[in-house]
Amino acid sequence: MDYLKAFLVGGAFCLIAQIFIDKTAVTGARILVSYVVAGVALTGIGAYKYVVDFGGAGATVPIVGFGYTLAEATKAAVDEKGLLGALTGGLSGTSAGIAAAVVFAFIWALIFKSRQK
Amino acid sequence: MSIPCIKKEANAKNLTGDVMNNENYKKYAADRAKRSASALNCTKAFAVGGLICCLGQALSNLFISLGAGEKDAGTLVSVSLIFLGGLLTGIGVFDKIGKFAGAGTLVPITGFANAIAAPAIENKTEGFINGVCTKMFVIAGPVIVFGTLASAVYGVIYYVLTQVAQ
Repeated sequence: MDYLKAFLVGGAFCLIAQIFIDKTAVTGARILVSYVVAGVALTGIGAYKYVVDFGGAGATVPIVGFGYTLAEATKAAVDEKGLLGALTGGLSGTSAGIAAAVVFAFIWALIFKSRQK
Repeated sequence: MSIPCIKKEANAKNLTGDVMNNENYKKYAADRAKRSASALNCTKAFAVGGLICCLGQALSNLFISLGAGEKDAGTLVSVSLIFLGGLLTGIGVFDKIGKFAGAGTLVPITGFANAIAAPAIENKTEGFINGVCTKMFVIAGPVIVFGTLASAVYGVIYYVLTQVAQ
């Protein structure tokens, strides 16, 4: 049942993005940026928590979940240290993901050669 | 799309006096093709994106069964999928799946990993500083900038609200 919910929720996020790409010729980068900001906003108004409770990985694996993590971590940091938390929270909460993406990408660039197109 | 359906609509247009000449028909057919391509794209995106999230769910369950807390498990899932997305980019498989799945591989965190790994690998010839390290952030940069910005704005609003509430 967890898997079905994850499939449906995660699939729905991809479906919506695909509709935008097909109908408006919007670039992938804009989709990623919009989804992250939407994730922060939806978490901020308290709505995204319900999506996560229902969809599990279907809600956290899409890039919207990155926004969710940013906002949740910011909230926790503000609760803990006040206004300073607005600056420290987001990046602290997502540090593992960003560091992993950077470190791994560097390693992949060491190992792999670019493909001729 | 079945042919009778097109014929029927073509006739209907003729009845209203809109002559279905070559040019009109081309436009009409292109529109139809675009719509059916879009429906197919959406189905593929939904299926592949859903499957990646199922993989995420499986990894999450695995990490929790190995003793990770729920929060750590989520982080580990992100890290694993970022690893996988980059690796598949390096061996050239990600591009192939991406061509098929469109937003299905873009939207999950694998798309973020690909957006960092692909330009890093492709620009290796320009050197490590100006190539790999600079180009790595071509797409990830805006994502991190806007994400950080949005979370900072949210943090300030949240702080003000908690102060007002007291």
